[in-house]
Amino acid sequence: MLAAGIALGAPAAAAHDGEVNVAVAANFLSTSRALARRFMADHQARVLISSGSTGKLYAQIRHGAPYDLFLAADVRRPRKLEQAGLIVRDSRFTYAVGRLVLWSRDPRQVDTDGRNLKHGRIARLAIANPKTAPYGAAARTALQRLGLWSRYRQDLVRGENVGQTFQFAVTGNVDAAFVALSQISDPHHPQGGSRWIVPERLYPRIEQQAVLLKNAAANPAAADFANFLHSAAARAIIERYGYGVPALRDRQAQRRQPTP
Amino acid sequence: MNGLDASFRLARADFELIADLTIPARGVTALFGPSGSGKTTLLRCLAGLEPEARGHLQLDGEVWQDDTRSVFVAPHRRALGFVFQDTRLFPHLNVRANLDYGRRRAHPIDTRHIQQERFEHIVELLGLSGLLERYPAQLSGGEQQRTAIGRALLTQPRLLLMDEPLAALDAARKRDILPYLDELRRALDIPVVYVTHAIDEVSRLADHLVLIESGQVQASGDLMPLLSRLEYPLAHGEGAMTLIEARIAGHDDAYHLSDLAFAGGSLTVSRQPGEIGDRVRVAVHARDVSIALAPTSQSSILNVLPATVAEISQEDPARVTLRLRLLRPGRKGAADAGSEEDVFLLARITRKSCERLELAPGREVYAQVKSVALVG
Amino acid sequence: MQDLDLTPLWLTLELAAVTTVILLLLGTPLAWWLARTRSRLKTPIEAVIALPLVLPPTVLGFYLLIGLGPDGIVGGPWRAMTGGALAVTFPGLVIGSVLYSLPFVVQPLQNTFETIGNPLLEAAATLRAGPLDRFFTVVLPLARGGFITGATLGFAHTVGEFGVVLMIGGNVPGKTQVISIAIYDHVEALEYAQAHLLSAGLLAFSFVVLFLVYTLNRRWRPALGR
Repeated sequence: MLAAGIALGAPAAAAHDGEVNVAVAANFLSTSRALARRFMADHQARVLISSGSTGKLYAQIRHGAPYDLFLAADVRRPRKLEQAGLIVRDSRFTYAVGRLVLWSRDPRQVDTDGRNLKHGRIARLAIANPKTAPYGAAARTALQRLGLWSRYRQDLVRGENVGQTFQFAVTGNVDAAFVALSQISDPHHPQGGSRWIVPERLYPRIEQQAVLLKNAAANPAAADFANFLHSAAARAIIERYGYGVPALRDRQAQRRQPTP
Repeated sequence: MNGLDASFRLARADFELIADLTIPARGVTALFGPSGSGKTTLLRCLAGLEPEARGHLQLDGEVWQDDTRSVFVAPHRRALGFVFQDTRLFPHLNVRANLDYGRRRAHPIDTRHIQQERFEHIVELLGLSGLLERYPAQLSGGEQQRTAIGRALLTQPRLLLMDEPLAALDAARKRDILPYLDELRRALDIPVVYVTHAIDEVSRLADHLVLIESGQVQASGDLMPLLSRLEYPLAHGEGAMTLIEARIAGHDDAYHLSDLAFAGGSLTVSRQPGEIGDRVRVAVHARDVSIALAPTSQSSILNVLPATVAEISQEDPARVTLRLRLLRPGRKGAADAGSEEDVFLLARITRKSCERLELAPGREVYAQVKSVALVG
Repeated sequence: MQDLDLTPLWLTLELAAVTTVILLLLGTPLAWWLARTRSRLKTPIEAVIALPLVLPPTVLGFYLLIGLGPDGIVGGPWRAMTGGALAVTFPGLVIGSVLYSLPFVVQPLQNTFETIGNPLLEAAATLRAGPLDRFFTVVLPLARGGFITGATLGFAHTVGEFGVVLMIGGNVPGKTQVISIAIYDHVEALEYAQAHLLSAGLLAFSFVVLFLVYTLNRRWRPALGR
């Protein structure tokens, strides 16, 4: 069934009544809503989205939260869930590749080479909490690799998740924030301001993986949605929102890897 | 000293206060009336505690309120003392500290020596010596009220206002405290306005009287003449009486009696402590006065005073009240027109007797006084 | 387990203390006015003061996020004066805490002032005491219970503040990471050992403080006996 889904794009409209509870990492919220709308246009099921930092959602799932799918912002936590036997076999896959960006709503704060940052000219800086948000961890790594961590860490504002981090920047309560490129690429909410797309060499690749949780084993709609995420239509949306998508061939290779 | 001159208008829920008032510079003026008549409200207006009252008030030439000139002196800037019915001692301060509260804020500021003297004098006057370290909660009602009076006096007021100070006390406490009030009356040189609804307090303590009812002043003037005026409710009811200021004229040691002389004649009473010449105040209740057309020695009653009937008023279907003008000793007949110095006496008898004796204004009679009460 | 950082605890105590002092200074005249006024503004103002009792902290947090931001009604002038941000700073938290704990201080004070009422104040006025004098020599001593209650409630409530701080605090260690946020942080990161220690410590501390205050309150409060 999965293969057929990949080949044809959207699955044939076999109507499945039901609900899909999806937990998504904060950076993926607007994207996941767009995906849900597209999915629900063709399917009878309802997609309910809960968002939070990857770490927070992971903790909830470990404590039995009844989600069907978990779209994390890293590989580590999906892998841990797999190790703990909490996912449907072989359902772990990369659905997006994230990009880190430094953004300010003020057009003058951030330059395209990140020089203002490097010269310490940004007064208040925000990142997502590195302990719970992969984008925050990536931002910390970037600052460390730039030798800026000790300079900024004193007054560093830390958002609960990358969504709140973005809010601090949108309201101007910080001068600039490390957020996901997708957050400023939402076609429905274009953001002006100024940005520096952080060079990939400065932070570990943000591979965002999804898993189908054990709950969902009996929920056909959940499997449908997971399949949908592989479809061309879904990938197009994901790319439009500022993510990379792994090549098909990568994914197949992924699936064949034995779980460690 | 000019005394106090005031006039107020204040609308309240159940009545409107419309009062014009003149109070002499010395002595105790009783503000007397039934409950709810507005006397406490009027007192509070004098203190400035009713800022909505319109009118004017001046004491001794100093203006404390004058609406025409937008003058209103706040209560804390008026040199007055106020004794509340519920004492209002500060519960977090002991007696000494309560007394000191007023003393420390008094004006003018005297030397410490004088202040100390004054403090001791008032403590002694009011019998507070043993109570200084106690807290209000540990005092009896009478002790609390005496403390409150002392506290008010220590501010060196030029006017003392007392709002039914004995109302919250039982008969025994009242009896205890009245001597102190007597003493106070004699010792004070400032006007005192004393609100009460108890006629016995009036008769004992007051020199002047303001009668108030339903927010309006009915009468004001010297106490004794007012008591006998038949226009006022005082002369009616069971407590109707005549107050007489007399002097001890002589003692009869053989029979253990004393003679009291006053403007309307003389009265024999049981032996009084005191010297010849001392002033005493006595009350003659109307119900203790009977009427005879001729003097007789065939009666046990010693006090028989010649008088003329001035007015008669029916009290109820069975009784009348007579207002008698006492003939001055040495005068014959009723030829003199009534003058301010005449002394009047109230008598209450049955209507039947009144008609039988054919009593009418102008008739010469003899008032027989069965019993005389000392009031102070 | 990494070493337990107690900075959030001291920060929390500092925040609670500063907030309580400010609330006592601001709240006393406000409560006094409310206790005595007959103005028509009294009821609407009482309702506004009571809002933090019923609103979820996120509402307050949201308005603070905007209001303390650089375009905000408070944040704008602040930025103009100091050039810095307000929301994600300790001063910003103080402002948020003052609003959040306002009714907990004002209401006990107002109740006490109303109980004291007019009679003793009138007596003091007839004893030559002016308005300020009356307040300090009669009202304050008799209102001691109300002050203790208000201060305790204000302090305790601020120590327990979470939702508002979560929204506007920014979780800056040493500046805005109060203990409730630190505990939340540890829980989210599955650092349960630290979470246990901080939580138990805070629980014990709060209990001891409240116990002491209630005991002392009973001993000090003078009877208003009339």
